Amino acid sequence: MQQRVNQAETKTATLWQWINNTFHRFGSPKYFYDLTGKLLPWCWAGVLLVLIPGLIWGLAFAPPDYYQGNSYRIIFIHVPAAGIAMMGYAVMAFAGIVTLVWRMKMADVIAKVVAPIGASFTFLCLVTGAIWGRPTWGTWWEWDARLTSMLILFFLYVSVMALRAAIEHPDVAARATAVLSIVGIVNLPIIRYSVNWWNTLHQPSSIRLTGSSLAPEMLYPLLACIVGFYFLFAVLVMLSARNEVLLREYRSAWVKKWLKP
Amino acid sequence: MYFDSFADFVAMGTHGPYVWSAYALTLIVVLANLGVILHQGRKVQATIRQKLRRQQLQEQDSYEP
Amino acid sequence: MTIKRASLPPLLEAASLPPLSQGFGALLRRDLLLASRQRSDLIYPVFFFFMVVSLFPLGIGPDGKLLAKTAPGILWIAALLSTLLATDSLFRQDYDDGTLEILLSSPQSSFVFVTAKVLAHWLVASLPLLLFAPLIAVMLHLDGRGIGILLASLALGTPILSLISAIGASLTVGLRRGSMLVALIALPLYVPVLIFAVGAVETATLGGSVAGHIGYLAAMLVLAVTLAPFAIAAGLAISVKA
Repeated sequence: MQQRVNQAETKTATLWQWINNTFHRFGSPKYFYDLTGKLLPWCWAGVLLVLIPGLIWGLAFAPPDYYQGNSYRIIFIHVPAAGIAMMGYAVMAFAGIVTLVWRMKMADVIAKVVAPIGASFTFLCLVTGAIWGRPTWGTWWEWDARLTSMLILFFLYVSVMALRAAIEHPDVAARATAVLSIVGIVNLPIIRYSVNWWNTLHQPSSIRLTGSSLAPEMLYPLLACIVGFYFLFAVLVMLSARNEVLLREYRSAWVKKWLKP
Repeated sequence: MYFDSFADFVAMGTHGPYVWSAYALTLIVVLANLGVILHQGRKVQATIRQKLRRQQLQEQDSYEP
Repeated sequence: MTIKRASLPPLLEAASLPPLSQGFGALLRRDLLLASRQRSDLIYPVFFFFMVVSLFPLGIGPDGKLLAKTAPGILWIAALLSTLLATDSLFRQDYDDGTLEILLSSPQSSFVFVTAKVLAHWLVASLPLLLFAPLIAVMLHLDGRGIGILLASLALGTPILSLISAIGASLTVGLRRGSMLVALIALPLYVPVLIFAVGAVETATLGGSVAGHIGYLAAMLVLAVTLAPFAIAAGLAISVKA
């Protein structure tokens, strides 16, 4: 009996060790570089095989919306961009936690490169929303709850990037931006909720951008676009992170070896 | 294909300018991101080479009595 | 295996430290004393508040109805800006003369001293606003009930603003051009406070019940008092070590 308990204990211990090792391997720059090198072709394939067909499907084959006509086809970039914008911030905040708790070098690389990419997708979401608003609401900008909270998300990205740019020492910049992005992620639900509440107070009847239930012939291309945008985001983040890793690790032997040919 | 002709597809009813400007902007943002990253990649290589060369020179200098 | 308590060196025994309340009180007294020697810190935020508010009628016209309608927003945005302006000096002096380093290296929790500093700062920079706000609100044709709720919302909301901007100040205290950054960091995080506080005053002037708004503000205050000091302490630790 005692032996069996011990066995179970060692088993959980080895499992835990395995998880721990896998997790900590991400901290190794060389491992990160090799892994992203292997993953990149797959993500490019995802972009080519999911995003581009999804966009063509949405643009040319999906039926028009009964109320909005063809202008609703902007949804196939607007909604995925919004998803990337929010996930990008979440990734940045998670990387911040890893930076503060485990002092993992690679986490800060990710946090640093995600910020401008996430901000650019937030910008994209805002502008496509405005363009969509013109034929739908009759104005370029409506203080719609979702657009407004997206605008504030954009400000949050800007503040994180500004803080990183202002601090010269890279290690200090890493931890300071980590704290700020964690503060931001704690605040985001409150901001979103308050903006929603403010919007219902001031605008009882605004046309919602998307219907609550989308017809399947519109939903499937949208899902393809969302998945495809995630691949695109992964490609951009990995490419940018690889540059950053090389720059930070230029003293190490593997970078020198990589540079030789 | 939902549209009858290519001209129809470009016109998108009356919403062509909106839809196409949104998609063009997306293309621009994505390509700008890619362009910046690729440019940075080339710059990083140059910087590393420069830094390593400088390091080497410094080491050589310090070995001379 | 358990660690025997007796094996700990006597310095680490919690009992050997003075109680937290004593440190809190001492730091609060010190900061208030410093502020009383520098009266300008007490007066400038109030004048700034007053000036910003009086610019609005000049900008949007003296129409009484329009002013009364926009008064909650104007007053709150002015209060928000003057809190922001005052925050830049929150940790600067202590950072420059090394006090911050000593406070951070003391064995007592930095949560307590951070809370004391923010409280002192709020008493100096925001409490005078509360005293002058009714006067300025009258000039914007806000009615009696609106003024009462305005005071309640300021009393609950400005501590949250102080805590949020203290996070920004803690992260930028070591930087040369920190004040602009504090604004960039703090302003987006002010949004929920602004929304609920202005909502409360607006609802009050329309004659509705404001229990919900005030409740939300109180909840946010509790959340901010509990969580923000951790972020401020972390930010200070990062800035000071640099």
